[in-house]
Amino acid sequence: MTAGVVTGTGRVGGLVRVRKWFSKSAVQIFLVVVALFWMVPGIGLLVTSFRPLEKVAESGWWTTVTSPGQLTTDNYSNLLGNDTLVDAVINTLLIAIPSTVLPILLAAAAGYALAWIDFKGRDAVFLLIVAMLMVPLQMALIPVFRIFRTVGVSGIPAVVLFHTAFGLPFAVFLMRNYFAGLPKSLMEAARIDGASEWRIFYRIVLPLGFPAIASLAIFQFTWTWNDLLVALVFSGEQKPLMVFISNRLGQFGSGIDIISAGVFVSALVPLGIFFAFQKYFEAGLLGGSVK
Amino acid sequence: MRKRRWLIALLFLAPALFVLGVLVVYPTIETIRLSFFDRFGEEFVGLDNYRRMLRLDRMRTGFRNSMIWVVVFPTFVTTLGLALAVLSQKVRWRSAFRVILFMPAAIAVLSSGIIWRFMYDADPETGLLNAVANIPRAIFNPEGDYPGAAASHDGLIQEEPGDAIAQVLEIGPGGGVAMLGVLRLTDAALPAEAVQAFAPTPAGSGTITGVVWRDTTPGDNIKGIVDPAERGIPGITVEIIDSSGATVQTVRSGPDGSFDASGLDPGTYRVEIPASTFRKPWRGITWLGEDLITLSAIIAGVWIWGGFALLVIAAGLASLPQETLEAARVDGANEWQVFRRVTVPLLKPIIAVVFVALTINALKMFDLIIGIAPGSVQDDANVIALEMWRTSFTGLGDRGMGSAIAVFLFVLILPILVFNIRRFRLESDA
Repeated sequence: MTAGVVTGTGRVGGLVRVRKWFSKSAVQIFLVVVALFWMVPGIGLLVTSFRPLEKVAESGWWTTVTSPGQLTTDNYSNLLGNDTLVDAVINTLLIAIPSTVLPILLAAAAGYALAWIDFKGRDAVFLLIVAMLMVPLQMALIPVFRIFRTVGVSGIPAVVLFHTAFGLPFAVFLMRNYFAGLPKSLMEAARIDGASEWRIFYRIVLPLGFPAIASLAIFQFTWTWNDLLVALVFSGEQKPLMVFISNRLGQFGSGIDIISAGVFVSALVPLGIFFAFQKYFEAGLLGGSVK
Repeated sequence: MRKRRWLIALLFLAPALFVLGVLVVYPTIETIRLSFFDRFGEEFVGLDNYRRMLRLDRMRTGFRNSMIWVVVFPTFVTTLGLALAVLSQKVRWRSAFRVILFMPAAIAVLSSGIIWRFMYDADPETGLLNAVANIPRAIFNPEGDYPGAAASHDGLIQEEPGDAIAQVLEIGPGGGVAMLGVLRLTDAALPAEAVQAFAPTPAGSGTITGVVWRDTTPGDNIKGIVDPAERGIPGITVEIIDSSGATVQTVRSGPDGSFDASGLDPGTYRVEIPASTFRKPWRGITWLGEDLITLSAIIAGVWIWGGFALLVIAAGLASLPQETLEAARVDGANEWQVFRRVTVPLLKPIIAVVFVALTINALKMFDLIIGIAPGSVQDDANVIALEMWRTSFTGLGDRGMGSAIAVFLFVLILPILVFNIRRFRLESDA
């Protein structure tokens, strides 16, 4: 029912429509401004990464609009020729991949038991794991650092183990909740057919759980790819990208071009994942809002 | 049978529980223990670490900043997310809008901090925010041609370099002579047309003759006199101001720096080069200075996490029962009333989730500060989580006090943990 019909006169109805049009345009304009505000920093970084150092130091990236001739790919070729950076990219991958696979494997098994095997103390175990979700990892850094030093774990394996441990509570939480939502009849049918728990898990639950596993994988991969704190404490000489960049920050001013190119390179992977798997990415993040 | 099921469950759970036990549960307890020991974890020191922690300036700043984060950041981001979620519902490009706002959440927080460090650069030539802030200034109060120049001799009045330069003259029967000597011209900025400066002489009743010149040559120790090889400054606007403060004439200097004004009544005049000629370029807002750094970092935080709040709340919004909203509209409620009385109450649980997540984020803030705060202001931008790392793993590495700070952080998060568990139990009971 529109206001125009209620008032019954064309003129007032027209006025209401004009007002509506205005408020609608105001919303549009406001959202456009907000969206621009959100895009500008990223555009600035992209453009900066293509500018030579001496230009970066003396003028803003927006000057490329009037003098596009200054753009160059030198920063990137410098980066590719920079062995430390190439090593950092490799290290980041060597950290992020196992730090994604391991917690998912452990959490899928645990999540299955918590969702579908009826045993005493199940709820208590699950609640304990949920509680661990909110333990800040700062609470573990020092003792784990000491444990690793005692048993001689260092570098990439140390980072991976820490990420696995602190990725687990969320992973178990997500897996258990997703598995619990699968149809009960499926499990019962399989059990009546005499399938073992392992078989049910491996042949039914895991394939059906794919969406949750994908979300979790994307979430955890992005998380570990972007992590700074754990890598700073444990990576030692096997520095991943974030440590490489933060070390460069110490020498700020001398390497703005390298830093911005490094930042951009490091953002390419998560952004690529974000656009390729947007649906899973958002699902993982929405689930992750408890973290 | 029951026992067997227990065994199977244990097999599925064992790997995860083992890792959690060794790397989460045990270390958490161990951290509490270590917080009562010295920095090597050897000697029991009681509450010493906590006492020292509370006295440490860096830690106090960190605590204060963390509290600012906790008070400002979740409230602002949640409100913004709610507003944008509701508003973006009204446009057709809502999914594009949400993607744009969510993008920063994909990249590393450290990188976002660095991006904003560029944005906040104090120099309006290179920092975008200051460049934008500088636009009105650049139009209405542009930088002078000779920024920061200074008067050359005692006969001239100037508050400080960069201000107006003036000479006060008594105009009698012989007229007056103005010697506006200028020093500290940046980068030898005289234009090519400038020639040997003119040495003015009195030109009779009612007339001021004068010169604006660069009053320095190598080895010149006497100021206020036009020496050979000193050049005039052309194109300078000179104002003749009478004793009432009114500008009676405005003249411009020639290639030799000379100017003259005639037809003046006898009296006292102020011959002045206005400050706009010497105005220094704007230095910009020091976003990353010690006063503003936390605020600046929070703005960057809004940019990073705004999309998260928007997305979660928008998902909640999409799941609201449309009939309820429609019913309210049919009953004659306007959009604001619908929002205030129906949408927000229904969304409360989701809003709480977002708010809690952001509060935890605010307490654990770390990478953003490293990325955004230049080394010299890192102490001023300090937060608890950053101080925990700095104390424990940089410098001498005080693991005792580092543990105390970690426990302190945990205690601040504990109420949230309890709240979340209770909510979780309520949900699973329902």
